[in-house]
Amino acid sequence: MRKKKLAGLFMSLMVAAGVLAGCNSSTSGDEKKDEVIKIGANLELSGGVASYGQSIKEGIDLALEEINKEGINGKKVQLVQVDNKSEAPEAINGATKLISQDKVVAIIGAATSGNTKAQIEIAQSNNVPLLTPTGTAADVTVKDGKVLNDFVFRTCFIDPFQGTVAANFAANELKVKTAAIFIDSASDYSKGLAASFKELFEKEGGKIVKEEAYVAKDTDFHAQLTNIKGEKPDFIFVPGYYEEVGLIVKQARELGIDVPMMGADGWDSPKLVELAGKDALNNTFITNHYSSGDSDPKVQDFVKAFKAKYKDKSPDAFNALGYDSAYFLADAIKRAGSSDSKKIQKALAETDGLELVTGKMKLDKDHNPIKSAVILEYKNGEQTFKTKVNPE
Amino acid sequence: MEQFIQQLVNGISLGSIYALIALGYTMVYGIVKLINFAHGDVFMVGAFIGFYSITILDLGFFPALLIAMTACAIFGVLIERIAYKPLRNATRIAALITAIGVSLFIEYGTIYIRGAQPEAYPNNIIPLKSLDLFGVKISSQSVLILAVSLFLMILLQFIVHKTKIGKAMRAVSHDMDAAKLMGINVNNTISATFAIGSALAGAAGVIFGMYYTKIEPLMGIIPGLKAFVAAVLGGIGIIPGAMAGGLLLGVIESLVSAAGFSLWRDGVAFVVLILILIFRPAGLFGKNVREKV
Repeated sequence: MRKKKLAGLFMSLMVAAGVLAGCNSSTSGDEKKDEVIKIGANLELSGGVASYGQSIKEGIDLALEEINKEGINGKKVQLVQVDNKSEAPEAINGATKLISQDKVVAIIGAATSGNTKAQIEIAQSNNVPLLTPTGTAADVTVKDGKVLNDFVFRTCFIDPFQGTVAANFAANELKVKTAAIFIDSASDYSKGLAASFKELFEKEGGKIVKEEAYVAKDTDFHAQLTNIKGEKPDFIFVPGYYEEVGLIVKQARELGIDVPMMGADGWDSPKLVELAGKDALNNTFITNHYSSGDSDPKVQDFVKAFKAKYKDKSPDAFNALGYDSAYFLADAIKRAGSSDSKKIQKALAETDGLELVTGKMKLDKDHNPIKSAVILEYKNGEQTFKTKVNPE
Repeated sequence: MEQFIQQLVNGISLGSIYALIALGYTMVYGIVKLINFAHGDVFMVGAFIGFYSITILDLGFFPALLIAMTACAIFGVLIERIAYKPLRNATRIAALITAIGVSLFIEYGTIYIRGAQPEAYPNNIIPLKSLDLFGVKISSQSVLILAVSLFLMILLQFIVHKTKIGKAMRAVSHDMDAAKLMGINVNNTISATFAIGSALAGAAGVIFGMYYTKIEPLMGIIPGLKAFVAAVLGGIGIIPGAMAGGLLLGVIESLVSAAGFSLWRDGVAFVVLILILIFRPAGLFGKNVREKV
């Protein structure tokens, strides 16, 4: 008994010491707060989608280097990063650490919608803004389609927006009158894009002549494509992922379907070119967040700065969105005029007309950015910048 | 009309791949009464061997096809000797469960060795041209698939009916014990059956890769099951039945998609299986043709 009691006493002392130590570090944190603004980065630096997190981190690092030349309201920004290992539980631990231990004013992360959603509860209850650079799922910022997560923001546009852009491009740039839609019926992404494409395309006076569907992992699309061919559409919208889309494009060309085909960022992979073949991909287009071939001076400055810092590496969409996330946040902190998280949240929500690499940014009431998208055309297996489409 | 013929062409291309795989199922069943569920995975292995022959050894289509067929023949014999032979006198359910185990072993062994990511067959092995027959597009690849499949099926008929080993196979499938008494080496005959069936699956794998481009370690599951349906449809154990069943199933699937029910395509294939088992369990060719291999 006695031994146990002693052990208990010892344990409670240890706990008390721990708590005291915690207090200590937090007070020193408060003192430091006057000199630097701490922001957190909760990213997938290792694990399954490590390449996303790493790319975003590169973008953030470059942006902060530039921002810290002048500082925000006379203060330097300090980045505290945690690695969530591409897992939701680690993302939660990371967010807890950033908020309670490091006392960050806001968190950038995570790259995927799932790991972002895991942190929402903590961000909301601690009133710390959470900004995901690339989480595109609609329910990241709006819970159950109804309640706004008022402390959650994103830098990228949401999926259905790309369908609108594609419809706009098809109707007004390619000037096509009829279109067919070929969707992956197992994917919400695909269905969402198709629905928004259809809505705007019909509003612009176009006609959807055929809607066909496939299931992810299919390999034979000849039958559906023959049906589509029978309706002689001027244009085919295929909002899927590259594994199936590559085969669809190839088989469509074999069947003699030579009309333009278009998709979204799900096509964006080097595997697409291998699967479809360079020739088959000619006359196909995709929408994306950003293109390093965009002639906009803002983009070109970014590409130049990025190449200078990272050994001539050409920045991809993740790099650009990471970079923009840091600027998005910095702009809000500047306008808030304080490092108070609630004021920053208000400033973020009021963002309007901010010039970023991935377009001029304005937030709608659901905290989804309204901004431009780029359209890329495949020429001999290479993505080339076609045009930039601004939302109406 | 054009469209209908185009759909038939699509269906026949798909069906000839099913038929090639179904032949292996049916031959093995005919001789040892075993549904070799690992057969679809031999098809996958064939596709990968063909792919590596083309990309790493820089070979053309026909040498790659031959290498894949040879390698699969050896692989098929190995499977039979290691996994099935010790169970030849065990219950049929034991052999069936072993077959499923072998299937999973091959699938996940492949993933362990090379990862799960898909691979794309190079596009430039056969010049890609489309023949235009009155508005119906037939790609050079479809023609090649059909030609190679037909050639292999005729070759198989020749082996089964005109050669000594074919005679032995027919004898063993008819009555294994009597064949043994007649001095036929049953073990070798069974191995030969596995070798020929697996070689055909390997050929189907390479053709599949050429035609559909994408190959991955789990690609054998669905075509394997479909080929099983095709074999049952034609009458399992009957070689012409497997060919007809494969082609018929391919055409049915294409027509189901053509009618606008593309999402039901896989379902329909299995509805066909159920219907045939209820109404004509011996298969379309089951009653009148008694020859078995």
